[in-house]
Amino acid sequence: MARFGMVIDTVKCVGCTDCVVACETENNVPVGFARDWIEQIAIGKFPDTHVEIRSERCNHCSEAPCVNCCPTGASHHSEFGGVVLVTHNECIGCKACIESCPYGARFVHPEGYIDKCTFCIHRVKEGKDPACVSVCPTHCMHFGDLDDPNSEVSKLLQKRKHHSLLPEAGTSPNIFYLT
Amino acid sequence: MTYLSRRRFLKISGASIIATAALSSAGGVVKGAKKLEEKTGKKIKGIQKIPTYCSMCFWKCSAIAYVKNGELWKIVGNPEDPLSNGRLCPRGTGGVGAHYDPDRLKAPLIRKNERGEEKWVQVTWDEAFEYIASKMNKIKKDYGPESIGFFSHGIGGGFFKHLLKAYGTRNIAAPSFDQCLGPRDTAFEITYGDVIGGPERTDIENAKCIVLFGSHIGENMHNTQVQEFAKAVERGASIIVVDPRMSTAATKAKYYLPIKPGTDLALLLTWINILISEDLYDKDYVKKYTFGFEQLKAEVSKYTPEWAYPVTGIEPELIRKTAHEIARFIPSALVHPGRHSVWYGDDTQRGRALAIINALIGSWGRKGGLTNQDVFDIPSYPYPPYPEPKRQRADNPDKKYPFGGAEGYTTGLREATLTGKPYPIKGWFVYGTNLLYSLPNTEETIKAIQNLDLLVVIDVIPSEIAGYADVVLPEAVYLERYDELFAPYFKQPFVSIRQPVVDPPNDQKPGWWMAKQLSEKLGLQKYFPWKNIEEYLDTRLKSAGLSLAEIKKKGVIKGPEIPLNLEEGFEPEFETPTGKIELYSTVLAEKGFDPIPKFTKHKDPPAGYFRLLFGRAPMHSFSRTQTNRLLDNVMNENEVWINADVAKKYGLNSGDYIKLKNQDGVLSNKVKVKSTERIRTDCVYIVHGFGHNSRMLKGAYLKGASDSQLITKYKIDPLMGGTGMNVNFVTFEMEV
Repeated sequence: MARFGMVIDTVKCVGCTDCVVACETENNVPVGFARDWIEQIAIGKFPDTHVEIRSERCNHCSEAPCVNCCPTGASHHSEFGGVVLVTHNECIGCKACIESCPYGARFVHPEGYIDKCTFCIHRVKEGKDPACVSVCPTHCMHFGDLDDPNSEVSKLLQKRKHHSLLPEAGTSPNIFYLT
Repeated sequence: MTYLSRRRFLKISGASIIATAALSSAGGVVKGAKKLEEKTGKKIKGIQKIPTYCSMCFWKCSAIAYVKNGELWKIVGNPEDPLSNGRLCPRGTGGVGAHYDPDRLKAPLIRKNERGEEKWVQVTWDEAFEYIASKMNKIKKDYGPESIGFFSHGIGGGFFKHLLKAYGTRNIAAPSFDQCLGPRDTAFEITYGDVIGGPERTDIENAKCIVLFGSHIGENMHNTQVQEFAKAVERGASIIVVDPRMSTAATKAKYYLPIKPGTDLALLLTWINILISEDLYDKDYVKKYTFGFEQLKAEVSKYTPEWAYPVTGIEPELIRKTAHEIARFIPSALVHPGRHSVWYGDDTQRGRALAIINALIGSWGRKGGLTNQDVFDIPSYPYPPYPEPKRQRADNPDKKYPFGGAEGYTTGLREATLTGKPYPIKGWFVYGTNLLYSLPNTEETIKAIQNLDLLVVIDVIPSEIAGYADVVLPEAVYLERYDELFAPYFKQPFVSIRQPVVDPPNDQKPGWWMAKQLSEKLGLQKYFPWKNIEEYLDTRLKSAGLSLAEIKKKGVIKGPEIPLNLEEGFEPEFETPTGKIELYSTVLAEKGFDPIPKFTKHKDPPAGYFRLLFGRAPMHSFSRTQTNRLLDNVMNENEVWINADVAKKYGLNSGDYIKLKNQDGVLSNKVKVKSTERIRTDCVYIVHGFGHNSRMLKGAYLKGASDSQLITKYKIDPLMGGTGMNVNFVTFEMEV
């Protein structure tokens, strides 16, 4: 089985938010909510400040607390690449998953279910990249199968220094940031 | 002195002059899905993909709009487009929100109460045109046709430009020059006999060393530039950023030089001196192509790194090291000429220094430097000649500013309106530019408006200037209309089309239709000789061997490739008096200006005040996009960037709200503090375009602060009339 993930090059990212806007239109995300977002982290004293700019979203964790805590099984790992999804009509909106997610990736959709990034699984099934990846003007985002050593994402991780978010949370996130 | 190189001017006048027509009936303008549904009685199912070029900023990338079941769904880049290469920026992607913006102007409006009160009577299009025409006829009779002025930004303004030239005025100006790139292009025109243009001729993609002076590429989201910059970063190009604020670009730099604001010219002249005195410049290139090297050498010898240190705050060793770094990559080094360059009033001279350093490193006509550009030549529609105005333009009497002026002098036109000299200006047309947020000193603009007998504003949203209008004409957004063909100077010549994707939701109309209708009311219909816009576009395209049917399908048609640089066989010619790149400017000497730039010191902020700097955010364009709900969703207010130490001293934390008060006591709206290690201690920074105070802009009303409100002071560039706006100082007001 494939393990879908993203590799995002923070060196190239300019934080323009095109990924966010593209997700909104592609997935008809209601105004006021977002499935992805930009973080800019500044460390150090001016002018020797180091800044990391990165596009964040659900990490589609292999050890996903949101899946483990879901009382109805609405939150689950898809057989298709291990993508973490929410089955809308099985979701009771209890918000346990929101509490359990260390990345703040989930929100209550106005229609009552929990919503978040789906890796644009509808596009991936058609052989396309997720919307955010496909629009990025800097080409800083890459999507693919992390279990395939020959995939672009795997090769980037072999070649470049990288980190993931909150590895100490033990969630085995599947989004990696090149530095 | 030609203000635009003759070669380029001839091509532009042949290629892109304006024009247009309209359907005679008000209905049936747009063949969108809804119209089709009405006709057939069937719901449109499935997905249509319609190519069109973007208008969210003025870069004009080509896009493909997706219409799902008759409704606009999403917009992506057109892969055939040499500007976007198939990938748009957030504004282009968010163009969907322009169509659905609930705050849009919906119907023609005529003012009911005092100007600025935003009280209106909704009228029919015919009533609006009748009203405008009767006022225009009276102005013509009482003052002459030159007494109407036109402020325009964007390609759609061309239709009104055509109409107003036919009416008999040439008082036409655009803030894109005097409030933006004018100093830069004037400087390059003086030095090279040609402009940098837009899209810029910078070959960032192939540059091995890129120097940015305040250019915040990545925040300034001009698509091609950002894409090429990202490629350069990936390639490991050496990037040097000179900026008082650690911009996004600066975070990618090998060398970040946190320069004291207003001293860029000192650093440039010092670098020039180092390149010359240490024999690091491109000697063959300088010998072959430039004029005035010895004079330059003598003039800059006093600008040593030790002299520059207390002026700029950059240590001598770092100045030397970065000069050596630039020299190391000759001939593939590029000192970016910038774009928005109206900073301190001596901006053309700073532009000259940028032009000169690029000559020393031999970048013009070099791979990784400043490339050759050409245009897809499409003949203009054969119009009758315009009437010759009896009076010269009012915006620059007696050629007070000897240079520039290619796009008119905005503040000159405002001045003429205020003073009635050299003759009264009694009517303004304003297309697509929110003058109260684009011209410095809003009070002067409002006073000038009080002298008008007619103010017509054509826009898609109720901008602040619309609030002062006598008549507001609501335009269909770019996704709902045809527009002029787009064929810019670029390294890959091309032509692209804007065509309707969906219907306007209310009674909005395309600009070309309005101009055509108005021409009939004014008895100027001979200047709009075709039946409709399709016929006009097709006529122009056919005269270039293309057709409307073809371009409607493809969106973009490319012209032949051209040699871009010396390496590819391009041989540059310089249309200056000496035929060379003028390091020493003969035209500046002739007009009594410094033929080689000299450093001028600018006033420092008084104690307790900070220089107000402003710039852009990647998801917004000027003050045009804040009500777009998709873009509001990613940035709904601006923040004032304050150095963390300064913020601490004032007891301010990120997220606190304050007001800014400028040197003249003008107070901003409340604005959120961003306490940050990314800016110097002597300046603060806000993103331009926020702080709306038009109540009709419900989605943006009082969100953030407006730099325009605080820019009461400006310094005019004596060479070309640009308005230097980085000369205002602000302090913090804790009471909000």
